[in-house]
Amino acid sequence: MAGLRLLLGKEILEQWRTFRLPVVATVFLLVGLSSPLLARFTPAILKAVAGDQIPIVLPPPTAADAIDQLAKNLGQFGGLIAVLLAMGAVATERERGTAAMILSKPVGRAGFLVAKLLAIGLTLGVATAIASAGAWFYTLVLFEPLPVAGVAAAAALQWLTLMAWAAITFLGSTLTRSSLAAAGLGIVAFIVIGILGVLPNVGRFLPTGLGAPARALALGQPGADVLGPVLATVTLIGAVILVAWLAFRRQEL
Amino acid sequence: MTNTAAPDARAIRATGLTKRFGTILALDGLDLDVPAGSIFGLLGPNGAGKTTTIRILTGLAQPSAGTAEVAGIRVGLDRPELRRRLGYLDQDPRFYGWMRARELLELVGGLGGLEGPALRTRVAEILDLTGLAGAAERRIGGFSGGMRQRLGIGQALIHHPEIVFLDEPVSSLDPEGRRDLLDLIAGLRGTTTVVLSTHVLSDVERVCDRVAILDRGRLVTEGPLEALLAEHARPIYWLTPEADQAAAVERLIDRLRASAWASDVTQGTGGIIRVAVDGTAIAADAILPLVVEAGVRLAAFERARPTLEDVFLELVGPSRADELDGRGFVRPREVDA
Repeated sequence: MAGLRLLLGKEILEQWRTFRLPVVATVFLLVGLSSPLLARFTPAILKAVAGDQIPIVLPPPTAADAIDQLAKNLGQFGGLIAVLLAMGAVATERERGTAAMILSKPVGRAGFLVAKLLAIGLTLGVATAIASAGAWFYTLVLFEPLPVAGVAAAAALQWLTLMAWAAITFLGSTLTRSSLAAAGLGIVAFIVIGILGVLPNVGRFLPTGLGAPARALALGQPGADVLGPVLATVTLIGAVILVAWLAFRRQEL
Repeated sequence: MTNTAAPDARAIRATGLTKRFGTILALDGLDLDVPAGSIFGLLGPNGAGKTTTIRILTGLAQPSAGTAEVAGIRVGLDRPELRRRLGYLDQDPRFYGWMRARELLELVGGLGGLEGPALRTRVAEILDLTGLAGAAERRIGGFSGGMRQRLGIGQALIHHPEIVFLDEPVSSLDPEGRRDLLDLIAGLRGTTTVVLSTHVLSDVERVCDRVAILDRGRLVTEGPLEALLAEHARPIYWLTPEADQAAAVERLIDRLRASAWASDVTQGTGGIIRVAVDGTAIAADAILPLVVEAGVRLAAFERARPTLEDVFLELVGPSRADELDGRGFVRPREVDA
């Protein structure tokens, strides 16, 4: 346990010193602030661009549009950033020889992997919280107040989705010894799961299935189906970590 | 904390260690016994299997066949309990460039079980010991090769391991750093078992009390240094002729080469004649009469102390150009997959 604590401390310090945490937090803050702005001003921008020649009829924007915009932006930019964060987590350390240095110390390989994934989770968690706080504030300014607890719960579900992409990429980083191959696996999973997500009975048990309950929670709508998608995504993440560990503990460094 | 080694205890015991990489046979049935508390030199040309041996014994690689125990623990890939007992320095030590030297030592010391004041004291000791106290707060990314090697030695020793594996530890050090490290290693004798892999034979002679010589994955010989020197090193005599007697010197060299007891006769810089002989007693009686017969006047005549280099060349021999790959490594043996 002491080994895990020390390794986690090292990973968090690395996220800070290599500017991953501040850069990701800044990008997510911009995403959070811009989402309500885009939702609020997109009709006006379109109208200004099109002029009077093309009649465009759009309903007046609402807080729900701001939340939808946030979910879309976090899903795309956030997903890409989750892949970027996880792609070199293990592969780069093995390539550079630092994994051999650390794993020649009395620390288990499970601890080595878990510390890395927790640090990625922390970076994504801080960044998602900042993005959600920014979006909540601008939604308040531009539209109406949203329930703080609901927005926080929605942020947790969005974070869980990002963790799924990170975990799958992390598995690739463990299996392939190549950051690019790991990123490829993460992006392929991102696309395939995105396609499967539209299937009615399957979609709600995939990471993308967390979008609907997150939206409902953020808007304070009752009856959101949270448990099934959360359990399914947590199980997926757990299974991926297990496979990564089973593979990594047999690998030579 | 001080480790004490029982006189007859074995720190490392390997039986039939074999390592294949596809068809390449990197290690071929290596048997090794390393007494606790000894400083054990692992010698061999590039590609002999020294690093592979160390990587298996430290749990970074898995043998294809055979077994090994280090500190009484069976070696394997995911064995934290094994690594608690050992320290390891890679031949090309790599660290996190963004980390400071003190932070790295605190991390690895903590992983080794040190904490609180004991950890801080030990980190300060190691920084002094490795000459890095002045660079403790600098980022490792800006370190020279020698500084990284010294930091590597520090991280290997920080948790007072029972057994330390040092793979080419002096390769990036300047003469002063090299001397300091060898003194440091010598100071570990009796309390810590040190396995030292190096090409520098004089360093091995200086600090090691036992030596194993590997060649193409096989153990050529192993034993106490003095015993190897006595057993394998052929006596060498150096004859320094006075100047301006080329014809007589030529005669002498011909007669020496014709002698059955002279296994190798060469003339080097300054006209000095080197005579490797098979029997000390016969040679000592026979060389000087030949000198007199040839009419050579000698300025000096001495018997050289055999060196580990003589043993090494006797057992392994110089590598021929066709035996080396593009990197200067001896081509490994290939076997059927």
